Amino acid sequence: MAANNMRHALFCAIVTLIISFPILGLSLEAKGVNITLSGAKTSTYVAIVLAAVAVFVFQIFRDTFMGALGKLPNLNPLAGREPMEQTKRVKLESWLLTGIVVFALFWPFLVSRGSVDLATLVLIYIMLALGLNVVVGLAGLLDLGYVAFYAVGAYTFALLSQYTGISFWMALPIGALLAGLTGMILGFPVLRLRGDYLAIVTLGFGEIIRILLNNWTTLTGGPNGIGGIPEPTLFGMEFGRRVKEEGNTSFHETFGIAYSGEHKVIFLYLIALVLAVITALIIRRFMRMPVGRAWEALREDEIAARSLGLSRTAVKLSAFTIGAFFAGFAGTVFASKQGFISPESFVFLESAIILAIVVLGGMGSQLGVILAAIAVTILPELAREFSEYRMLIFGAAMVLMMVWRPQGLLPVRRIQITLNKQG
Amino acid sequence: MSMLVLEDVHTHYGKIEALHGVSVEVNKGEIVSLIGANGAGKTTLLMTVCGMPQASSGRIILEGRDITNEPTAQIMRSGLAIVPEGRRIFSGLTVEENLHMGGFFTSKSEIRKNQAHVYELFPRLKEREHQRAGTMSGGEQQMLAIGRALMSNPHMIILDEPSLGLAPLIIKQIFEIIGHLRDEGITVFLVEQNAHQALHLADRGYVLETGKIRLHDTGKNLLENPDVQNAYLGG
Repeated sequence: MAANNMRHALFCAIVTLIISFPILGLSLEAKGVNITLSGAKTSTYVAIVLAAVAVFVFQIFRDTFMGALGKLPNLNPLAGREPMEQTKRVKLESWLLTGIVVFALFWPFLVSRGSVDLATLVLIYIMLALGLNVVVGLAGLLDLGYVAFYAVGAYTFALLSQYTGISFWMALPIGALLAGLTGMILGFPVLRLRGDYLAIVTLGFGEIIRILLNNWTTLTGGPNGIGGIPEPTLFGMEFGRRVKEEGNTSFHETFGIAYSGEHKVIFLYLIALVLAVITALIIRRFMRMPVGRAWEALREDEIAARSLGLSRTAVKLSAFTIGAFFAGFAGTVFASKQGFISPESFVFLESAIILAIVVLGGMGSQLGVILAAIAVTILPELAREFSEYRMLIFGAAMVLMMVWRPQGLLPVRRIQITLNKQG
Repeated sequence: MSMLVLEDVHTHYGKIEALHGVSVEVNKGEIVSLIGANGAGKTTLLMTVCGMPQASSGRIILEGRDITNEPTAQIMRSGLAIVPEGRRIFSGLTVEENLHMGGFFTSKSEIRKNQAHVYELFPRLKEREHQRAGTMSGGEQQMLAIGRALMSNPHMIILDEPSLGLAPLIIKQIFEIIGHLRDEGITVFLVEQNAHQALHLADRGYVLETGKIRLHDTGKNLLENPDVQNAYLGG
């Protein structure tokens, strides 16, 4: 056992050396037309050796370390407790959600402009994650191309505003419906597939949409993107310093207050907040309706669900379409917030992050997904001071998270056991 | 009056033919048992009735309606219910939610009525109403699978190996319930490896061998048939 550990640790240390030496220890320098290979500073070599030693030590005591890590849930004061009663739990969850919303309403008046801007982004991710939660968490369809529908929503608004001068409020339902329609059209041929195959095909569709946007230069402007997307107005009041469109008035003049750039940011935030709440409520409603149960049933056992007369296509397609619809919703808000969009905003990494939010939050649980969206969006911002190690910290946090709570922050609970007293 | 008729049904999995022209008739209000060895095509026969996979030739008639080429969803909404092999309950859903799934296409008041009826048949399910179905014992899960099938007000119920992997005492209970269903006027088509009990209960029986019907008689006669005794009843 010990010898085995020793050999394994030695092997790992050597691998560390082999990997880090060429990357850190050697550097290419351009001298005129020639490129010369030179060694790094002595301190770098010392660091590499130290790293190898660290790996060696960790591997030798790995079982102890991982054992300690496994005991971590004991630090969680809730771990040992009995599961809460269903009704109590539901009540607590809705109170908590109401609390978050009320707090979120006052948030922009307490903090800086940058924080409000970030909070708007968080809300957009919440909308996206809630939508994907229907597809992945409830219906169990692994969709890796979700960002495509987000792009459809955003580009619908951008293109319509460019060519027809449509306003945000008109574009919002159109963008969402169009995204939903795209979801339906894409979903129809692929929903026969299951599991990994579905994941690969959706991944492909996500890329197709992005590449289409990138290469259809005459319509979408290609990689240059589309700019000048209008901001939302409040009953015909604009938030800019000067009124851009005929017939509109400006917010600060109507209310007789001094112009401030913050009004616009706060207004956008509040719109995103209202839309996120609407998204959450509608999806919550769906989850409690028979169709919500049908999604879960189909995820649990497809053959059994079909044997009860459920149409596989109809059930899956409804989940796919509703998920895409809310992605379109979020996309429209995103386009309006940024004022400029390009295909670069809709790369695969976005799909991956949204999926990570759903998984981290606990598949199928709304509150969990909301908390995870906040964490995943804010964490890289908080770690900004560490500049290039930002993503490393983010990754490490995710790994720890999965070790600590493999079912997500707040997994869906359904267990309720009431024991009758005997005798 | 026949409930379900299969006329010379052939079923293929890709190029392989699993059923070579099977004809079966189930009359209203009967219990009909289908017995056969592993791989004889029992489950294939049942699944063909449900339209997954569809029959490649022949005709299937349910209550006078030709359902041979109808999609599964439509067949399963027209008075037919199946308790699939291996129970296939929704293990992540609660017992109550499972039952509600069974009554997906009926009204709310129907669901309430049928749910009460299922709890009457299986008092155990009532006790476990809010428990996750996957945490129950095999026998309870089988009860739930039968209860779920009853939620859609079926005229006919198909059971695929309901005794699979259950304790003898539970099997006895399940078979009692199946007898009770017939008394309520539900036609039962029962597929079993447990030939002895299945034939005892059945009005008529079919013996399926490698995709063909070998024998067909009343349950009692089949029990006494020396060939059946040798092959399926352990001598």
